[in-house]
Amino acid sequence: MNKLEFISALKTEANISKSDAAKVIQIFFDSMADAMAKGERVEIRGLCSFYVKDYKSYTGRNPKTGEKVVIKPKKLPFFKCGKELKERVDY
Amino acid sequence: MALTKADIVEIIQEKTGNPKNLSADTVETIIEIIKNSLQNGDDVLISGFGKFCVKGKNKRRGRNPATGEDLMLQPRKVITFTCSNKLREKINR
Repeated sequence: MNKLEFISALKTEANISKSDAAKVIQIFFDSMADAMAKGERVEIRGLCSFYVKDYKSYTGRNPKTGEKVVIKPKKLPFFKCGKELKERVDY
Repeated sequence: MALTKADIVEIIQEKTGNPKNLSADTVETIIEIIKNSLQNGDDVLISGFGKFCVKGKNKRRGRNPATGEDLMLQPRKVITFTCSNKLREKINR
């Protein structure tokens, strides 16, 4: 399911206009992205939680050429599946 | 402080001007749509944010860490999340 299909699904199920559905979905994911950009945790009960994990710099290799490359320190969101979602997906 | 569902409802209420109960209902519906889609084995792709995928795990031999007993872990399904480049850039800015 992509964003467009998501918007149509929300439009039908919440009985709101397509533009409203698009707007709310955008705000929903933007608010999570904004929180993570600030280094904040995100916790949606039953669905998932995210926290931003720091990765140190390390020397990696280009798998194609075998060349050594220095990977700079980076931050990545770490996803944890919520209990209800886990149980529903793997019943 | 963690961002919770209540915070998201509040942000939606502020930005759309919709009443609180409507915003809360819409958020619940959004979450339900994601869960339903994943439950049906359909990945959820949100451009600019990331992708929620359902991945099958094979059966494997495990061990009970408390007793050291061998046991078989049955095949199961897990959810993985891949961060989009846009979100990654935003977090690393």
